[in-house]
Amino acid sequence: MSDLNILFTGFGGQGILFTGKVMAYAALMEGKELSWLPSYGPEMRGGTASCSVCISDNTIGSPLVVNPDVLVAMNLPSLEKYENDVVPGGTIIVDSSIVHKDVTRTDVKVVRIDASRIAEENGLKGAANMVILGRLFKETGFCTAENLDLGLQKSIPAKKANLLDNNRKAISLGIES
Amino acid sequence: MGEKVLMKGNEAIAEAAIAAGCRHFFGYPITPQTEVAAYMSKRMPKIDGVYLQAESEVASINMVLGAGAAGVRVMTSTSSPGVSLMAEGISYLAGSDVPCLIVNVQRGGPGLGGIQPSQADYHQATKSTAHGDFHILVFAPSTVQETVDMISTAFDLGDKYRMPAMVLSDGMLGQMMEPVVLPEPREPDNDSKDWAACGHGGKRKHNVVNSLYINPQDLEDLVVARYKRYEEIKENHQMAEEYLTDDAEIIIVAYGSSSRVSRSAIDAARKQGIKVGMIRPITLWPFPEKFIEKHIDHTKVFLSVEMSMGQMVDDVRLVVNGKVPVEFYGRTGGIIPTPKEVLEQIVKLNGGVQ
Repeated sequence: MSDLNILFTGFGGQGILFTGKVMAYAALMEGKELSWLPSYGPEMRGGTASCSVCISDNTIGSPLVVNPDVLVAMNLPSLEKYENDVVPGGTIIVDSSIVHKDVTRTDVKVVRIDASRIAEENGLKGAANMVILGRLFKETGFCTAENLDLGLQKSIPAKKANLLDNNRKAISLGIES
Repeated sequence: MGEKVLMKGNEAIAEAAIAAGCRHFFGYPITPQTEVAAYMSKRMPKIDGVYLQAESEVASINMVLGAGAAGVRVMTSTSSPGVSLMAEGISYLAGSDVPCLIVNVQRGGPGLGGIQPSQADYHQATKSTAHGDFHILVFAPSTVQETVDMISTAFDLGDKYRMPAMVLSDGMLGQMMEPVVLPEPREPDNDSKDWAACGHGGKRKHNVVNSLYINPQDLEDLVVARYKRYEEIKENHQMAEEYLTDDAEIIIVAYGSSSRVSRSAIDAARKQGIKVGMIRPITLWPFPEKFIEKHIDHTKVFLSVEMSMGQMVDDVRLVVNGKVPVEFYGRTGGIIPTPKEVLEQIVKLNGGVQ
């Protein structure tokens, strides 16, 4: 793997930026070059949120992902907005609990995962983002399982360490999905 | 060497300033810069520092003038409209030979403009920050690590030449996270400035820090002496990074965020066999003329890529002086150009698709 550009998209509050942060930290543990760029401003307060993550063996140029290798869409407006930007042969991961519309592209790999339902049924309401991250990890193998866990540990502040186990569980559910 | 951590550009600015011995921060919140102030408000009280949110940018910069005149390492940070409000104070700082650090995390303008990234304050930073004959040092980082390293250089050179220094960032560099190694912390040095008005217990003649000179000859002498220092700075402190310039027929000149976009475009163009490179100014004042001059002979065309309607391109044209064409490409208002757009410009300059 030389370059991997991921665009995480969804509603503010779904943990879009946090998902990107865990991925970024996992890539750091993996010894890669990386960048993490959030959307900022009023859209963070309940509107649409997006987060660009670039992982590479080389220096990162533009950190703004315009044509993602992987698009994660956790709501319908995001899928509609970004679907056509994905590179041919890329991957679109959709939370099918929330997005009921089909992906129309035929030249990309489409992964529909019932992330919100899986999270909720396992007592992990609000952790659909980590279920998706688990699946993203399985699809791309962007780092080792050990570094993914280290990335998670680095992303959770010490005073919220009690959240670690639930996030781990959600990631495992995504990997098994 | 310390551990690599992920930090937002804005937070890294604050931590780097503290590591450089800065213990005085005065500011006022404004998007997309607010994380600098927020970080300082948490850290400064823990290290015997001063964090003060003033009632306005005008008040902030005058507090910077006061603290700087007393000889301490001091900074403020803001975003574009805030710099306009600070303009008068920056001129007073320059006219009083008081060093300080001003961070501008640029957003779209003019007016209240927008809150998305921009580079439309280039002219303001390098040419017309405020009234009077003066310059400030202007540094333009392109990564979070470079931002960290530059903060320390900006403070040190500001102190050395007794002048304000500015780090010209933008909303993208401020909001993004990248791996960074923080520098070894330095202790604050509050005693080495023998010109500072900081109290002396009657042991020496008192110092005066002032920018008012009623006698024109006194003022001219002072300004001329200052411009001699500026010449010394131009001679010794031009900084730029060159990327694939050795055989380049097309050279992009771009700084900060637009240099990152350009780098991606250059990599794509090189894959098509186009001989294109980049000069990335690291100091905007002094403008890195020397780096451009040495490439004029083998370059067919320069292309200034900016997030503005074309400001730095004027400086490139001054250096190139009509010897070869200097073209411009930019987006403004908070729009970040895409690598594809810049690639299209490169292909066009190369004579279309071969």
